[in-house]
Amino acid sequence: MDVFLSEFFNVDIMVKVAPLIFKGFLQTLLLCVILVPIGLCGGLGAMLLATSRSRFVRWPAVAAIDFFRSFPPLVLLIFIYSGLPFAGIRLSPLAAICIAFLLNAASYYGEIYRAGVESVPRGQVEAGRSTGLGAAQTFLYITLPQAVRNVLPELLSNTVELIKLTTLASVISAPELLHSADLARSLTYNTSPLIMAAALYLIMLWPLVRIIRRLEHKLAG
Amino acid sequence: MPELGPFLLEARGVRKAFGTNEVLKGVDLLVAPRELVFLIGPSGSGKSTLLRCCNRLEEPTGGTIRIGGTDLLSPRTDINRMRRQVGMVFQSFNLYPHLTALGNVTLALRKVMKRSRAEADEIGMDNLRRVGLAEKAASYPGELSGGQQQRVAIARALALEPKIILMDEPTSALDPELVGSVLAVVRDLRDAGMTMVIASHEMRFAREAADRVLFLDGGVVVEEGPAEAIFTAPREERTRRFLHQVRH
Repeated sequence: MDVFLSEFFNVDIMVKVAPLIFKGFLQTLLLCVILVPIGLCGGLGAMLLATSRSRFVRWPAVAAIDFFRSFPPLVLLIFIYSGLPFAGIRLSPLAAICIAFLLNAASYYGEIYRAGVESVPRGQVEAGRSTGLGAAQTFLYITLPQAVRNVLPELLSNTVELIKLTTLASVISAPELLHSADLARSLTYNTSPLIMAAALYLIMLWPLVRIIRRLEHKLAG
Repeated sequence: MPELGPFLLEARGVRKAFGTNEVLKGVDLLVAPRELVFLIGPSGSGKSTLLRCCNRLEEPTGGTIRIGGTDLLSPRTDINRMRRQVGMVFQSFNLYPHLTALGNVTLALRKVMKRSRAEADEIGMDNLRRVGLAEKAASYPGELSGGQQQRVAIARALALEPKIILMDEPTSALDPELVGSVLAVVRDLRDAGMTMVIASHEMRFAREAADRVLFLDGGVVVEEGPAEAIFTAPREERTRRFLHQVRH
């Protein structure tokens, strides 16, 4: 029991590495604040392209979405950060992360938006257009709000997944929470820093998961 | 009832085909200002399609449509501008569920007519009052009965001060006890001089309120005339058979 506590819940070590872990936590929060909007906006763009009336826009967009949904995000990130320099494109870790997440997250969010838009009855658009609203206005004020509301649980679930995927940034040495915790673990030869990181992820994500469950319940009932 | 133009709505030879299925086979619909015209006929006769062509929710495959003298089908016509002048009321109401009754009525006022929120709210309240629902302004469509929803939909159309209102089976989705409240609003609008074309199965109301009735079947106007004449002395055998069916 003592071994277990000193290996996983060593308070002395936890206090010692707290500043490093906290810095990593802030970096992860920063990544979330950047990447979630990138994904949400990129997804909206992906959906608009994939539902375009012109097949010359639609087909490449659908192909790209399918591609990035089936391409492992870790491979994508390493390719962009470590592979592209061979083609003369050298990116900072943050830029590489942003691009990789834009391509990956936009594809997933885009599909969710599309399901949402398809869930809005055709009569809603007709009602809007019949009052003289243009196509873009109808989309913005009538279709999109209803679409988002109908797929809010899915959008939030995908956001939870996206936040968990920020741990991938550790493999290209971006100083986020997992990277800091793993660094602390290797410096202290102790697992307690990883437990701290896990606890912080839980604190961030568990409320979101609860909210999703309540929303699903509400929308179903 | 003025017999000759200028017509407010002037649709001539309107055709509409969905693929190889021709739903309208050259229909004329001429509506004078302040006239209330009823379209009757079996389902699939083309009533709805004809109405939907008149604000280009459906694109006619032939014919001409003029509203207030403007060619609705010309590529140079600003369709959004024309649609403001043509109110549309749908069978299934099509209220925006994420907006309150007042929000439904004011959306186009604010975004199309560019009114301020205060102005739009004032106009919106006036129109909700007109359909007897001022006290429901803050309710969401889901909290309203079908009859109330349809009256909000009418207020939404009225708010833009259209020249003409098209109603596509406005009472068909309602429970029988709620039909009266909607018809009462229609009657008020007629008495106020609103020009309307209504596709409906409410034969008794048509007979009492309509200036003119068109009987459509199979994509053509089989017979048209004053309501009294159509209902008491139809000339065509098809009209007689239809009226006999809906009465029994």
